[in-house]
Amino acid sequence: MSQARFAAALLSGAAPPVGAARFEIYRASVTASLSATLAEAFPAVEKLVGQRFFAAMAGDFIRAHPPRHPVMALWGDALPGWLAGFAPAASLPYLPEVAAIEQARRESCHAADAPPLDPQRLSGDPAALTIAPHPSARTLVTRWPALSIWARNADLPALADAPAGELLICRPALAVQARPAPDGTAATLGALSRGLALDAALPAGAAHGDILACLFSAGALVERIR
Amino acid sequence: MPLPPAAGIGFKPRHAADLATPGAVSWLEIHAENYMVDGGPRLALLADMAATFPVSAHGVGLSIGGEGPLDGEHLARLRKLLDWLKPAQFSEHLAWSSHGGAYLNDLLPLPCNDAALDRICAHVDQVQQYLGRQMLLENPTSYMTFDDSTMPETDFLARIGQRTGCGMLLDIENVFLSAQNLGFAPESYLDAYPLDMVGEIHLAGHAPGDDVLIDTHSAPVGDPVWALYDRVLRRIGPRPTLIEWDADLPDFAILQAEAARAQALLSRVPA
Repeated sequence: MSQARFAAALLSGAAPPVGAARFEIYRASVTASLSATLAEAFPAVEKLVGQRFFAAMAGDFIRAHPPRHPVMALWGDALPGWLAGFAPAASLPYLPEVAAIEQARRESCHAADAPPLDPQRLSGDPAALTIAPHPSARTLVTRWPALSIWARNADLPALADAPAGELLICRPALAVQARPAPDGTAATLGALSRGLALDAALPAGAAHGDILACLFSAGALVERIR
Repeated sequence: MPLPPAAGIGFKPRHAADLATPGAVSWLEIHAENYMVDGGPRLALLADMAATFPVSAHGVGLSIGGEGPLDGEHLARLRKLLDWLKPAQFSEHLAWSSHGGAYLNDLLPLPCNDAALDRICAHVDQVQQYLGRQMLLENPTSYMTFDDSTMPETDFLARIGQRTGCGMLLDIENVFLSAQNLGFAPESYLDAYPLDMVGEIHLAGHAPGDDVLIDTHSAPVGDPVWALYDRVLRRIGPRPTLIEWDADLPDFAILQAEAARAQALLSRVPA
């Protein structure tokens, strides 16, 4: 009995290669544990589609994208993209964006810790500073009011009317925070991560003051030691 | 901090406030893979707990029994965590969980024969050398037997221990469940088991079942398991003992009462 056959049968409907009915204990356990992991990671998606739909969807997803290593903290990263092509959920076109928000929050939660840049540091010579995105900063650009939909399913009334467009997720201390962000925020952080200076990172034509206010209030910047 | 020969519990973040009471439990166990992250609240909470309690790190993902080589990246993640946490002990399972680049999130069974013995001993040697510490190996819950098994699991474990110098994590609930599921006497398993190698004991409870009993860690420890535990303690004296409860989590007081029951049995046997 090779582990290859055992593993292949676990993730398919194939007949038990060994152990007859007792094999189903393992098949059920693998599906149930991964499905529960996914539900815990994407609670708003589960709320939007309901538990039964989510469990069936998770079964399909697990076969398409099984975990590649034993750390479950970020597994499910392929779910937002996969959902965009999942025909049974096509009537909820905003679902992939809600999933992307939940995944970005997980990434932010487990990212490296770092003290956010103190705005006072800019009062000296800003050109002497090398500024980078905070390790926990994540941006998304949504076509649907996905932040609002997520917030309404996460009991966060403060964001219940957040618009479509850019959003910023960041964890300057221990709590992950999400907020709508002005146009150009994602481009600014992208340029900073490529090593551009702050004045060069702000995109032309964008509201620079709004972007900076958003980044500083979110604690989304750090000083990179040269 | 070394693990005391006393009762500990599996750490759950929701019990963090209860654990602030002095003397709440003697020690804590964590699932290593849950803490393989770069930063954030999980590691911060674990750092708090490790400052107060001796900690045992229990791995679920090394796939020691796998036919393929061990995952070097996962070993590196494990070493990074253990170097930071400095737990009193590290343990893993006689099982496999990864194949062909997919991680199956379950402890999967294997036959006990010479080929598996050589492979597992090589893996245990590799882990112990890479981590620079002894590991403990836990006996599995079995639901099926294999035609190509050629030796009893107890002999298999004893030979792994003799060849690699690893210790044993004796899960008495797993012995009880395997005995029920495969139809043998748990007492004879324990009589044949390398009790002299035991560095830690696990106790747990399971969901009710008819044909087969599943290892769910979702209920109080059953009376037959308490009786087997008492039998083991009388043979080998007190050992660090974990109450494992991972699903349908109860209030902390219930977990604490289970630990107190183990502690009462531990205190009755001479060290």
